[in-house]
Amino acid sequence: MSLGFSRAQATAMVVMVAFIIVGPAVLYPVFLMKVLCLALFACAFNLLPGYVGLLSFGHAAYFGMGSYIAAWTAKYWGLDAEAAIILGGLCGGALGLVFGWLAIRRQGIYFAMITLALAEMVYFFCLEAPFTGGEDGIQQVPRSPLFGIISTQQDMSLYWIIAAIFLGGFLLIHRIIHSPFGQVLQAIRENEPRAISLGYRVDDYKLLAFVLSAALAGVAGAAKSQVFGIATLTDVHSQMSGEVVLMTLIGGIGTVFGPVVGALLFGSLETYLAPFGDWVTVTQGAIFVACVLAFRRGLIGEIGARLKLGL
Amino acid sequence: MSDTILETSGLTKEFRGFVAVNGVDLRVETGTIHALIGPNGAGKTTCFNLLTKFLPPTRGTIRFKGRDITGMRPAEVARLGLVRSFQISAVFAHLTALQNVRVALQRGRGGSFDFWRAESVLDRYNARARELLDQVGLGEFATVPAGQLAYGRKRALEIATTLALEPEMLLLDEPTAGMTHADVDRIVALIRRVRQGRTILMVEHNLSVVEGLCDRITVLTRGRILAEGDYATVSRNEEVIAAYLGSEAGSVAHV
Ligand SMILES: Nc1ncnc2c1ncn2[C@@H]1O[C@H](COP(=O)(O)OP(=O)(O)OP(=O)(O)O)[C@@H](O)[C@H]1O
Ligand SMILES: [Mg+2]
Repeated sequence: MSLGFSRAQATAMVVMVAFIIVGPAVLYPVFLMKVLCLALFACAFNLLPGYVGLLSFGHAAYFGMGSYIAAWTAKYWGLDAEAAIILGGLCGGALGLVFGWLAIRRQGIYFAMITLALAEMVYFFCLEAPFTGGEDGIQQVPRSPLFGIISTQQDMSLYWIIAAIFLGGFLLIHRIIHSPFGQVLQAIRENEPRAISLGYRVDDYKLLAFVLSAALAGVAGAAKSQVFGIATLTDVHSQMSGEVVLMTLIGGIGTVFGPVVGALLFGSLETYLAPFGDWVTVTQGAIFVACVLAFRRGLIGEIGARLKLGL
Repeated sequence: MSDTILETSGLTKEFRGFVAVNGVDLRVETGTIHALIGPNGAGKTTCFNLLTKFLPPTRGTIRFKGRDITGMRPAEVARLGLVRSFQISAVFAHLTALQNVRVALQRGRGGSFDFWRAESVLDRYNARARELLDQVGLGEFATVPAGQLAYGRKRALEIATTLALEPEMLLLDEPTAGMTHADVDRIVALIRRVRQGRTILMVEHNLSVVEGLCDRITVLTRGRILAEGDYATVSRNEEVIAAYLGSEAGSVAHV
């Protein structure tokens, strides 16, 4: 296959697409759209720990800013859905360029701490800045039509658009991993001094990966603000940064499908345990601890290892 | 008349008061194979790290092809044509032998930032990569992940990868260490073949390799240059015999 999927991955891909198509007949479209946005977010995040070896603890900054920018421009400039979402992605990418540039010279835990600190700054900026609406966030964002003509008012019409965005992002990430650029990333991850000795300016490659990851996180946040018609502090909060780490970890860091499964599991728990109030967090926590203990490589990582397949 | 390709003056590296390399003035002539020998801990690898900018020197300057490279970054030095190998074998373990070589070819020929292209565009480097693998006797291992190759073959792969960059000057850190006799012979033959148009500076413990291959030898002990010259001169030097071989004194001439 020209996309570079192995046979096992192609099978998993078919299952995933089938689920996306059949899903809304069984489950609430809004719930599924939320899962798709989270899944894109997790896949974008996964690019860094999974394929570059960088653990970012501040990815909510790019997700959240994408969400705010898309919400604001859709509401006050009346931008079409696609323009608002693209702008959200560009904004995430631009922020990623600056933050990545600052963080990438540090290694390991220092890198993680800088990304966390920078994301906290973004959070406080969003809390204080006039355009974000403080505690209230940006509410009643209109669902603007796609290209100015295709209505997104109906959940089901928006669903196909969100599904297309997710699949587009998913395939792009897969392509990045299996591109000439991805090959260099893998070389850097396996033996950085050797890559340097071959003349690679490794920081430039890490930075481009960071920007791509942040931009796609921005797209995911922007899409989410279109689904729910709001952008709030939740999206930029450090809890969101932690959740994306968890989703990816549970699904399997460095696997193609792991983050998607992690996001589905995470979104389901959040939604279907909601009636139980405060117990949600406790139950979630318990399930996650159990998952991480039982499947150290994550669900998909573990399945892949058992079947000796790369998923 | 040969001229100098690499020259250091007063090159010094201190690690918290410990002087690993001490005022080294090294001159390597274009087109020669130059050996850097000395007992364990003499500072040979540290010298390589300094020359390729993996470590900043405490003092001293380095000139390569007449340019002062003392302040450059390691990737820039490699791009100027001064490429090193490592003492501990350095391959990309999960990439196949072919992919290992392609990573180097890709760097030299561009397109490495293309994240939207399919990996298959790299197939255009396959022919050249196979040539390089054949040259080091790894032709039949092209599709084997580098991590699964035997030690000697890993070293050979490293040399193929380094050669892919067509460097003007190679720094080889113990290219034959830990190899079987047959592997050593293959590497020596390879180095003979690839020396055309290149300069090689190599650290080597195997003195018969040094004798057969190298035009000039620099002996380093405790970070200082002890002696310099061709094999005959150096191997007769009393100080070298004492310092380098210790109790085995005298055996240099017989290796
Ligand atoms: N990063 C470092 N920090 C502190 N000391 C170091 C460092 N690197 C090397 N040294 C010390 O410097 C000295 C020279 O080490 P180097 O590796 O250059 O020796 P070498 O000549 O390559 O030895 P060998 O033949 O064993 O490879 C050693 O005593 C070593 O312990
Ligand atoms: Mg050494």
